Parts: sequence; structure tokens; C-alpha cells
Amino acid sequence: MSASPTSPQNSPAEAEASCRLPLLVFFGGAAFWLVAASLLGHLASIKLHSPSFLSHCEHLTYGRLYPAAMNALLYGFASSAAFGVALWLVARLGRVAVPQPWLVAFAGKLWNLGVLAGVAGIIAGDSTGFEWLEMPRYAAVPLFFSSLFIALWTLLAFHRRAERGLAVSQWYLVAALLWFPWIYSTATMLLVCHPVRGVMQAIVGWWFTNNLQTLWLTPMALAAIFHFLPTLAERPLHSRYLALFGFWMLALFGGWAGIPASAPVPAWIVSVSNAAAVMLFIPALAVGLNIVNTLRGGPKIVGCAGGPFCFLRFAVMSYVVAAVAGAVVAASAPGAVAQFTWLKTALTHLNLYGFVAMALFGAIYEILPRVTGADFCRKFMRAHFWLAIIGTVIHVGALAIGGLKQGALLGDAAVPFHNVIKTSLHFFRVATIGELLILVGNLLFALNVVGLFVKCARKCCGAQMSCCAAEPATTGGAK
Amino acid sequence: MNFGPLIFLGVFFTMACSWFGMIVVPQLQIGGQQPVKLEATGQMYPLPRAGLAQQGAAVYRANGCAACHSQQVRQGPPVFDVKLNDLGTNAAQVADIARKINHAAGAPLPGKNIWRTPVKKDADAAAKRLTDAGAKAAVVIVPTGADIERGWGARVSVAQDYLYDQPLMLGSRRIGPDLANIGARKPGADWQLWHLYNPRLITDGSFMPAYRFLFNEVPRRKDAPPALGALDKTLVAKTFPEPAGETVTDIVPTAEAVALVAYLASLNPDAPLFEAPAPVPPPPAAPATNTPAAVKP
Ligand code: HEC
Repeated sequence: MSASPTSPQNSPAEAEASCRLPLLVFFGGAAFWLVAASLLGHLASIKLHSPSFLSHCEHLTYGRLYPAAMNALLYGFASSAAFGVALWLVARLGRVAVPQPWLVAFAGKLWNLGVLAGVAGIIAGDSTGFEWLEMPRYAAVPLFFSSLFIALWTLLAFHRRAERGLAVSQWYLVAALLWFPWIYSTATMLLVCHPVRGVMQAIVGWWFTNNLQTLWLTPMALAAIFHFLPTLAERPLHSRYLALFGFWMLALFGGWAGIPASAPVPAWIVSVSNAAAVMLFIPALAVGLNIVNTLRGGPKIVGCAGGPFCFLRFAVMSYVVAAVAGAVVAASAPGAVAQFTWLKTALTHLNLYGFVAMALFGAIYEILPRVTGADFCRKFMRAHFWLAIIGTVIHVGALAIGGLKQGALLGDAAVPFHNVIKTSLHFFRVATIGELLILVGNLLFALNVVGLFVKCARKCCGAQMSCCAAEPATTGGAK
Repeated sequence: MNFGPLIFLGVFFTMACSWFGMIVVPQLQIGGQQPVKLEATGQMYPLPRAGLAQQGAAVYRANGCAACHSQQVRQGPPVFDVKLNDLGTNAAQVADIARKINHAAGAPLPGKNIWRTPVKKDADAAAKRLTDAGAKAAVVIVPTGADIERGWGARVSVAQDYLYDQPLMLGSRRIGPDLANIGARKPGADWQLWHLYNPRLITDGSFMPAYRFLFNEVPRRKDAPPALGALDKTLVAKTFPEPAGETVTDIVPTAEAVALVAYLASLNPDAPLFEAPAPVPPPPAAPATNTPAAVKP
């Protein structure tokens, strides 16, 4: 790759427009998989409430639906959206046009097909049995190669950037683009292709699930947050040094967390991992402080009306809460109590729905109008925002309280197991209501994306092939 | 400011550290673990699963039982029992010492536990005093913890137990009970099959999904002989009464269901290991503490 750093300067608009096609693939796929994940996940929850429902259909049994939903969410929605956001940020911040964008779009299609094969495979019973890596080998291989290509191509564009200075967002996204193929290939190799033995499988599995969150989705969401929040608030970032500190803390500790407190593995692994999990509140606090200080004061205090800004701000709050709660759980006795309970699920969902998804929503709501010139429906966006935050709070809150209760009861052998599960299911019912709100919000999001595509296509026919006029829509209208 | 190369190197280095520390080093440490010879029986532990049970593991994997069931017994700090094996010749003195060790011990009899303490040193000292008086006494390590009290295992689960699990399905949530030793807890194949066919036939108000698709429902006339391999209905006579009409339905497990039950029966890690001592012999299948079960196995 003989990319010259002195490649011709692209105007920001040209740079952004260059990733239109891939972004339509990434964000369109993300919207589709988000709805699919929500529907599958909700069906799984219904099956937990009425276990005889559809019991003659092997494809719709809980143990297949739930992993299918998680995989659709993690790979279909979150990763796909993250690829898109990364590509756009690289083009925009580096003022560089993505070379041969159709290639990335093609790889994005391949990624989507891989997810399709994987989710279908899980439902057909081909699951590998490893959490968050259930997709069978025939899906994992295309997923790996397409992600490798997307990551390398995005990094290539990054390398050719015209604007040489680096923004905070770029650190995060470059890191995440390098980390993802690494962790995904390691886990796929050691679990699916050439399996290791015994509890080594569990160690690799925990390492992977932790890193998928901490070193792939988290930095991607932070890249979006560090770009959009200051931009939308029209304020300079409070402190670059604090951001640098937070970044390196995340890089340093992120890869070590994730082994549960009483895992049947050599004790030092658990201790090291627990210590790292505790330390992870440091990068979260650094981000939180930085953002709070960035938004505070200044000429005007930025209000919130359900626009992209609100999504991103809520994401920061969720991140800090999830990291601090995770550290508390890892640091104290609840660590052992929380294992095997809904509390762990609650923290994961807070991280995924409250933090990662919200940051990605905010980014997509901001990016798509800019590259297509068509506008989102504001009403839907606002409804989505309120449904998402209320749903997440109810869902996560109920699961967390239910999980603590479940852990306490599980620890008391005098309580029959049936009573343990009955108690925690009350909370699970409430959590399902929250999940339903999230589902409706997600539907609105998908409708909004589809609507924007339609508007864009209409415009394209009207303007005779100059598809989706390249002039970026002015932003900053609604926060 | 152009930190490009620095960021790249740092990012590479931090991930390399994590990769080395969490993947390579553990693999070097336990990746080559081998079966061990048990002192008590001279058998190797663990033994690979038989073919049918191995097929059953695939059914367990495909249907995601691990989404609700863990397979890992946890334990609290162990306690130590001072156990009297033989009174020896000087019974009166032994009784005296036993009373000094623990007033509540009552009359010392062979095979009786004299004292329970969380401190190994104290237990050893007490055993020594009894031995010095001519008795035969031993210290027995007793695993504790809610999982063990629930009867979910005789001892804590350790790495050795999972040597032949492929894939390893530890599970991360306990929506259902732990299944680490389900083979010892619910040994009846009929119980397992009926429970899979419809858990609510066996356990009132169970939240476990029914796995009807692992069974064939074969209708027949009441006077015809039952289908080959049909499940015996006596176990569920109360909850699954025969219909009044001319025809009845036989429930015939598929090969998958039979394999799955063989896998469940193979789950029983009870061998006492150096790193995970268990009381020998392991306690008999614990009472069904999980549910007010309608039918006992
Ligand atoms: C939706 C969660 C869920 C799934 C999936 C699930 N189970 Fe269960 N399982 C439960 C619950 C809840 C109980 C406790 C109530 C009962 O005994 O039915 C249970 C109980 C059991 C028991 C009896 C344990 C005991 O100690 O009494 C066995 C055996 C069992 N499940 C096996 C399986 C197998 C095999 C599968 C996969 C084919 C499976 N389960 C899938 C929830 C689940």
C-alpha cells in the first residue's frame, strides 16, 4: 500500500459523500437486524413466561431464540452500525474520500449475509454452544474475512487522510478496528476451528465476550460520543489529556476483565481479571468527567429535545453507571452472589442497549441526513428516544433488582429452587415490559431509516441520477 | 499533533499483553491437562463420554439448554470434621478426650463425627489427641456452600472435571437448577424423558420449556399393543391421565431424546481430587430439594 500522505485534499462534503453507498449498506443492515433481534428476543421472553407456547417447534425453542437474538444484536446491528460510523468518521475527520467505496459496500453485504447465515444456523440447531460465538463455522468464516476487509480498508482510508492531526475519536476507532479482527479470529480459531480443551474453552470464551464489549463496541461508541457531543454542543472538548488518559486506561485494563469470580480455573486468572474489571471504572469516569465539563457552562446550556444529542448524552450516563456498577460487583461479595443471576444480564444489557446502541443511534441520526441529504422524521426520533430510555431503565432496573434477589435466594439452600425462580420471574415480567418499549422504539428507528431511504430514492429519481444530492444537510437544527 | 504510529504501537502492545496473559499463559498452564489416576479406585479421571452421551451433548448444545442451566458447582470455605473410626483399647479415655474436644459430642461411637471446625489446624490437633489415646481418628474435609447443600454436587467443580467437554457449556445463568451432577441426582431415564416431553407433567408450574419435538406422538387404539419404545405412563398417571375415548397416544422418544438423556446421566463429577476433596464415598443422591416435586424419581 503506497498511500501517499499528500493525497489530494477532498472537500468535507466530497469526503462524506464517498461513503454514502457503504453507509446505506451498514445502516440499512443495522436497522434490519435491530428489528430482527428485538423480535427474536421478545419471542424468547414470551417463551419464558409461557413455556408450553410453540413447544412442538424445535426452531423456536428458548435455547435457540435467545442466542439468535443476541447474535443478531451484537453482529447484525451493533457491529454493522459501528463499521459505518467508523468509516464516516474516518472520511469526515481525515477529509479523505474512501477509495473504491463499492468494495466496502460489498464487504458490508457479505457481513450481513454472514450474520444471516449465522442466525439461521443457530435457529436450525447448528449453534457452536459458545456464548456470543454461537454462529457456526460457515458463518464465522465469511464474517471474519469481511470484517478484516472492512477494518483494513477503513484503516487504509485513515492512512491517506488529508487532515493529519488526530482527534480523540480517531484513537478509539483505529484501536477498535485493529482489536476486533484480532479477538474475533483468536476466539473463532481456538473455539470453533481448532478447539482447545476443557476449561481453556471457557477462558477463551470469557475473554472474547468481554473484549467484544470492552474493546470493540465500547471504543466505537466512544468514538461517536467524542465526535458528536462536542460538535453538537458547539463546545471544544474539555481536556485532551483526560481523554488520552481514559483511552489508555481502557486499552490497558479492558482486555483482562471478564472471568467470573468463582470460575473453575487457576485462581490467579480470576484475581487478575477481577482487578481489571474494577479498574475499568477509571476510563469511564474519565470519559464522564470530560463530557460533563465539555457540556457545562459556555454560552448556552444545551437542552434536550429527543434529538441525536440526547441519545449520545444518555449513552455517556449509561456507560458510567454500567462501568461503576461492574466495578462494584467485581470488587465485592456481590461478585459471587451475582454470578449466574439476572444481575449480570442487567449489566450487559445496560451496556448494550443503554450505552452502545444509544451512541450508535445518535450517530446514525446525525450521519445519514448528512450523506443522503434527506431528513429523518423528528417525531419518530423523539418517540424513539423516550421509548428507549424509559424502556432501558425499566428493563435494566427490574433485571438488576431481580438478579440481586435471585442471588440472595440462591445462596440460601433452605429456599427451594422453585421459589427462587418464581421470585425472580416477577421481576422478569417487569423487565419484559421495558423490553417491549425498547422494541417499539427500535421499530420506529427502522421505519425512520426506511423512510429516509425512500425519500432519498425519490429525490434521486427527481434529480435525474444525481442520487441523493451530495450537499450535506445542515445540522445542528434539533438537538 | 500526529500520534498515529504511537497509537498504533500502543494499541497493538496492549492487546498483545492481554492476549498473552489471558490466552497463551493459561493455555501453557492448563491446556495440556491430562486425566489423573484416582487414589481410591485406581481409575483414570475423567473418562471420555460414551458415544451415545457424546451425541446427547450435541443435542444439548443445539437446543441451547445452557441458556438456562449452568454446569458448575461452587463452594464456600470447607469445614473439617474430626471423625472417630475406632475407639481402640482405652475407650474410657477416648470418651473423656472426645468430651473435652466437644462437650456436645455425646457418647463416642465408631464412625461418629466428634467435632466440626473451620480451622484445619485445630481439627488436626484434635485428631492427634484422639490417636494418642489409642483411638483411630481422621480429619474429613467437608465442602460447604449453598450449591452443595442443595445437592447440586458433592464438591466444587474444578478444571479437571471438564477435560472431555467439547464444547464446554458451563452456562452463565441459572434460570433452571445447576446440572453439573444431574446424572447422580435424577438417575431415572423415564423421569428425564417425561420431564423433557413436558416438565409440567413432573414438576408443578415448572418454567422449563417443553421439548415435545424430541418425541413422536403415536396414536393407537386402546386395545392395540403400545408402540415400540413408548414411555411408561405410570410415572405421570396423575398429571397425564389417559383420555376416555377409543384412542390413546403413545409418547415415543426420538433417538435425539434418548441420546440427550444418556448425556444427562453422564453428568456426575464426584471423584475426590487433590484440589477438590470430597467426602468419600460421595453422599447418596440428595433429596429433591429443587421443587415440591409431584413425582419423585
Ligand atoms: C427457559 C429455561 C430452560 C431451558 C432452555 C431448559 N431448562 Fe431445564 N429447567 C428449567 C427450570 C426452570 C427447571 C426447574 C423446574 C423443573 O424441574 O422443571 C429445569 C429443570 C431441569 C431438570 C431437572 C433438574 C432438577 O434438579 O430437578 C433437568 C434435568 C433439565 N432441566 C434439563 C434440561 C435440558 C436437557 C434442557 C435442554 C434440552 C433444558 N433443561 C432446557 C429451565 C430451563
